Amino acid sequence: MSKSLFDKVWDSHVVRSIEDGPDVLYIDRHLIHEVTSPVAFVGLEGRGLSVLYPERTFAVADHNTPTINQHLPVQDPLSANQLKTLEDNANKYGISHWGLGHQNNGIVHVVGPENGITLPGATIVCGDSHTSTHGAFGAIAFGIGTSEVEMVLTTQCIMQPKPKKMRISVNGVLNKAVTPKDVGLYIIAQLTTSGATGYFVEYAGDVFENMTMEGRMTVCNLSIEMGARGGMIAPDAKTFEYIKGRPKTPKGADWDTAMAYWNTLKTDDDAVFDKEFTFNADDIEPMITYGTNPGMGMGISNNIPSANAVEGGKATYDKSLAYMGYTENEQMIGKKIDYVFIGSCTNGRIEDFRAFASIVKGRKKANNVTAWLVPGSHIVEEKIKEEGLLAIFEDAGFVLREPGCSACLAMNDDKVPAGKYAVSTSNRNFEGRQGPGSRTLLASPLVAAAAAVTGLVTDPREFL
Amino acid sequence: MAYDKFTTLTSTAVPMPIENVDTDQIIPARFLKATKREGFGDNLFRDWRYNSDDTPKADFVLNNPIYKGKILVGGKNFGSGSSREHAAWAVYDYGFRCVVSSFFADIFKNNCLNIGVLPVQISPEFANEIFEAIYADANTELEINLEAQTITLLSSGTQESFVINNYKKGNMLNGFDDIDYLQNMKREIETFTESRPF
Repeated sequence: MSKSLFDKVWDSHVVRSIEDGPDVLYIDRHLIHEVTSPVAFVGLEGRGLSVLYPERTFAVADHNTPTINQHLPVQDPLSANQLKTLEDNANKYGISHWGLGHQNNGIVHVVGPENGITLPGATIVCGDSHTSTHGAFGAIAFGIGTSEVEMVLTTQCIMQPKPKKMRISVNGVLNKAVTPKDVGLYIIAQLTTSGATGYFVEYAGDVFENMTMEGRMTVCNLSIEMGARGGMIAPDAKTFEYIKGRPKTPKGADWDTAMAYWNTLKTDDDAVFDKEFTFNADDIEPMITYGTNPGMGMGISNNIPSANAVEGGKATYDKSLAYMGYTENEQMIGKKIDYVFIGSCTNGRIEDFRAFASIVKGRKKANNVTAWLVPGSHIVEEKIKEEGLLAIFEDAGFVLREPGCSACLAMNDDKVPAGKYAVSTSNRNFEGRQGPGSRTLLASPLVAAAAAVTGLVTDPREFL
Repeated sequence: MAYDKFTTLTSTAVPMPIENVDTDQIIPARFLKATKREGFGDNLFRDWRYNSDDTPKADFVLNNPIYKGKILVGGKNFGSGSSREHAAWAVYDYGFRCVVSSFFADIFKNNCLNIGVLPVQISPEFANEIFEAIYADANTELEINLEAQTITLLSSGTQESFVINNYKKGNMLNGFDDIDYLQNMKREIETFTESRPF
């Protein structure tokens, strides 16, 4: 029977299938961080259980970490306690731990691929919904709750019904200043924030084939924002080139064995999907969100859509726009902004900082803007320095911070104040996401850069 | 036994007909700093429930004493966003044992099932009928029967059946969880591990 890429990877990880119930799914790689893992360890200890395969779990501190002065003790006692708990648990059970200050530290979804933890055809889970990022490599990767973190620690398995399959194809060539982030936000705006709930997505077509690995990660990362369990892209020469030689990828004969398997990881020609969508690259322009969920996005030169054109009912729409301080049908270009955040597992990789630099080079940060430039990892931070991007940022009046999740979810001190507007390259514009009362406009690094130098929502095509 | 058994539940319900309620509203990220599962109910819907000076917002449903009960009836796409199980813990810790909606986000639904909160998905029409009935009379009760997989609006007798797979249903009825099941598969899992290429 013909199979999709998703079927091939899922089916090869089923340890047992329960009739009228879930599959018992084997997990190859388990990533943990300080926020969603402590209670899982409390749970397993309460049951008198231990960690079954500690070498398959990787602990990384990221959600709570400060992005300045990381060499000093963490000030917030609750954050410090979570970070310490992660370290203690990792040490106790023999789990690899990349804590604050470690050279490999960074956002878990950035450092996984950088270090070869992420592999094609693997199952990867983490107590974080943006685990979907790793799907860029042809892995089945998705976020889980803390009960499931405990399951993976103790049994290396979770129990989940197999999701339905969706394929999203985008064909053609992207226009100037249209980035992978714009492709993701465009798809979410088309499908709505719940349009892919219950599905696992495969991205196909010219646009994804021609995309860099960094870009594919951005797109797969955003899969959860339309409700999908995850998203994936078939591995190809670009994928193999990216992972080859990384610290934790297979070497020698193991590499050859793995390649033989990886070469089978594509959707059969006659495979059937439960749902298919096809879009044209030419229809996509630089995107920006105007509301309080990632589905409320639009082409930057458009006007805010009227209530009847938006899924979710008038009351929900009105509540959203009232929170944002915007009105129906007005334009977004020219709106004043206060903060710019570039970073996160969505857009915190080297390519994103190159894009940001391409616009701010030779220009100056607007006086009214506070900008947070937060690399996704120390490896990204080093590349920013090596490639001369840091000098460009500093000349333009920007400061580079240290890696972490930062203002994406504002668990650390990087909080946007109430009522202020932030153009963010992150993934969620929910009410209060970047700090109580904060207002978030999601966009690409290019749109963020244009906003950073003008202090206004600005079409990045003006600068390119 | 990993959590409370769920068989039948008859209760008044709290109406929240807002669509796309995300997990950042259910429990904002700044309250995720605990290392134990305690006290999350205090911060359930924190920023909708309290002003920045911690005084209650009078117009929010959880601050309206006429609406109470063990059932939360939410709008479409309830629980979207993050995978934080803290959202389900907050719902449970506040005192809810069942969430009713015409559509649930995947991970939230899964998290609820894993801690013994029953997600009940109903038609949009029935959801509207329930909202109207509660607004007409806050003492209106819903009856959830897990064995029969039915939800009934007692004032009108309107009933719908809901879907839950047989395995999860058994877990909820008996208060078992997945770890109880997986522990009995140890050998099978070890053999499987040996076959993994990486």
